[in-house]
Amino acid sequence: MAIFLTKESKVIVQGMTGSEGQKHTKRMLASGTNIVGGVNPRKAGTSVDFDGTEVPVFGSVKEAIEKTGADVTVIFVPEKFTKDAVIEAIDAEIPLAVVITEGVAVHDTANFWAYAGKKGNKTRIIGPNCPGLITPGQSNAGIIPADITKPGRIGLVSKSGTLTYQMMYELRDIGFSTCVGIGGDPIIGTTHIDALKAFQDDPDTDLIVMIGEIGGDAEERAAAFIKDNVTKPVVGYVAGFTAPEGKTMGHAGAIVSGSSGTAQAKKEALEAAGVKVGKTPTETAKLAREILAG
Amino acid sequence: MDLFEYQARDLFAKHDVPVLAGEVIDTPEAAREITERLGGKSVVKAQVKVGGRGKAGGVKLAATPDEAVARATDILGMDIKGHTVHKVMIAETAPEILEEYYVSFLLDRANRTFLSIASVEGGMEIEEVAATRPEAVAKIAIDAIDGVDEAKAREIVEAAKFPAEVADKVVNVLVKLWDTFIKEDALLVEVNPLAKVASGEVIALDGKVSLDDNAEFRHPDFEELHDKAAANPLEAAAKAKNLNYVKLDGEVGIIGNGAGLVMSTLDVVAYAGENHSGVKPANFLDIGGGASAEVMANGLEIILGDPDVKSVFVNVFGGITACDAVANGIVQALELLESKGEEVTKPLVVRLDGNNAELGRKILDDRNHPLVQRVDTMDGAADKAAELAAAAK
Repeated sequence: MAIFLTKESKVIVQGMTGSEGQKHTKRMLASGTNIVGGVNPRKAGTSVDFDGTEVPVFGSVKEAIEKTGADVTVIFVPEKFTKDAVIEAIDAEIPLAVVITEGVAVHDTANFWAYAGKKGNKTRIIGPNCPGLITPGQSNAGIIPADITKPGRIGLVSKSGTLTYQMMYELRDIGFSTCVGIGGDPIIGTTHIDALKAFQDDPDTDLIVMIGEIGGDAEERAAAFIKDNVTKPVVGYVAGFTAPEGKTMGHAGAIVSGSSGTAQAKKEALEAAGVKVGKTPTETAKLAREILAG
Repeated sequence: MDLFEYQARDLFAKHDVPVLAGEVIDTPEAAREITERLGGKSVVKAQVKVGGRGKAGGVKLAATPDEAVARATDILGMDIKGHTVHKVMIAETAPEILEEYYVSFLLDRANRTFLSIASVEGGMEIEEVAATRPEAVAKIAIDAIDGVDEAKAREIVEAAKFPAEVADKVVNVLVKLWDTFIKEDALLVEVNPLAKVASGEVIALDGKVSLDDNAEFRHPDFEELHDKAAANPLEAAAKAKNLNYVKLDGEVGIIGNGAGLVMSTLDVVAYAGENHSGVKPANFLDIGGGASAEVMANGLEIILGDPDVKSVFVNVFGGITACDAVANGIVQALELLESKGEEVTKPLVVRLDGNNAELGRKILDDRNHPLVQRVDTMDGAADKAAELAAAAK
């Protein structure tokens, strides 16, 4: 089963012909993703060879869907053009758009998010500024390394890319149903709550690991959601306890402003909802192991 | 990026939000000529990015040009809550203020849209008003696509119960302020107070603006707004090399890949420090996903150049980046620094995991640099780095 992405997913890449797009399309193909096309209006009708696999380039997302039945797009286009690329994906009503691009202006994200709403939210958006998602052994949409772990029964949702990889590595022997990197920008499409809900409904997920970081109140909201809606065990980790107020820590959204958005507040909210929260990634993995061992 | 008041004033003026005249200076003598031009009196306002400057003595009235110079002399160099005053604004004195309001537009993260906050009880911290008299604060969601036109501005004015005689003027301010918010890619535009003065006009007397650094690609003018004086010299050097670096107060230098992992590394080092004389992380440094030898060398150079640093923890999880490339980067970085004649004397603890970790560890072992130790778990390596920093303290 898994969530959002399975072996049936037909994936296209917007920005496939750019350097990042090419590099990661190759990696996605190598990990078994069914890549059915790329999109670049200036190179429509051509194809790109990835170690013997010919991937056709289409002029638009709409055309790619018509010709291939694609239902997932992974977006690598540069930040200046990201908004237009996402809006094109929304207009084409593709079910899932994974926005990898980093450094997207928040007004652009607010804009395409509002646009998705006006169009009836037919497109699930993940990101921007995220590593994408992987359903190990089935499909990989984004830049998460596919060889860290194997299929299993843990669901993972995280704001941070490398912490996602770290946690996959810590629990690599148990394996994961799906790992979703939702990104650390101030406005993101799919949230912790969306992923928690999907994992709760996924019969192939037994336990959920949720990784948060300072900034905003997404973790607090997720805690409230867990309390009322999630019956599966949830283990949490929050990064940024030592981050000073007013300094942005790498992610545009990772900033403590005043008393809100602190790691401590997030940890307390999660614990109050019955989530076991680890002090370090390793300790978090240990908590997950203990629960799974019963 | 948070702006100074004078920068906010200039942006408001650019977008026709009514403001008073004002100019920024960094030497007291310049206050004289500006005050003369303003009719012989002025307000001298410290330019610091922190609230409560009035109470701290950072805002003074000057009744004559000479007095303006004296007040500017007092205020320049003053310390306000840890911020040194490098600039003062010499502003036109406000006409008699009859009422003070509050208006702002900001990013509403939780609802993934924009928000307008307005209150007829301005002049103080809006958080305070919201806490004590929530009914006096109107919050109106703004659709990112529809924005704020006259009708929407009127909705805000009605929700906040602005008096009828100023309604049209506040509507005008809101439309112009929204213009500022959108055209400047702001995360916050706040006017507090928005003052009704004796002439009946409403004027933005003080304001805060925060801009989105990610939008710099379409705002080449953002570059000038950066506060270069305030940047720590190490932070400035890191920025020049495109490194994502933040200086902190501790002794353990940190290099890692990925913002989340580095934040987590800071925490793990701080915990480890609890057992080692309370040492703490000295910095945040994210060398990003594809860390080349050159980036590693640049990062190490910045961190080793920080006199507070007693030990360095390199924490890399090889995702896209292979650990052998990182290991080679560390070895080359040390050679590069040594070839530049820089003596490397601080111990490095390296933890490599993930993609090609075995190969990376072997490269470090083969090189066998006397200052480099490898510890293969994140918690263990943090403990070792804290121990070494405590020993060198």
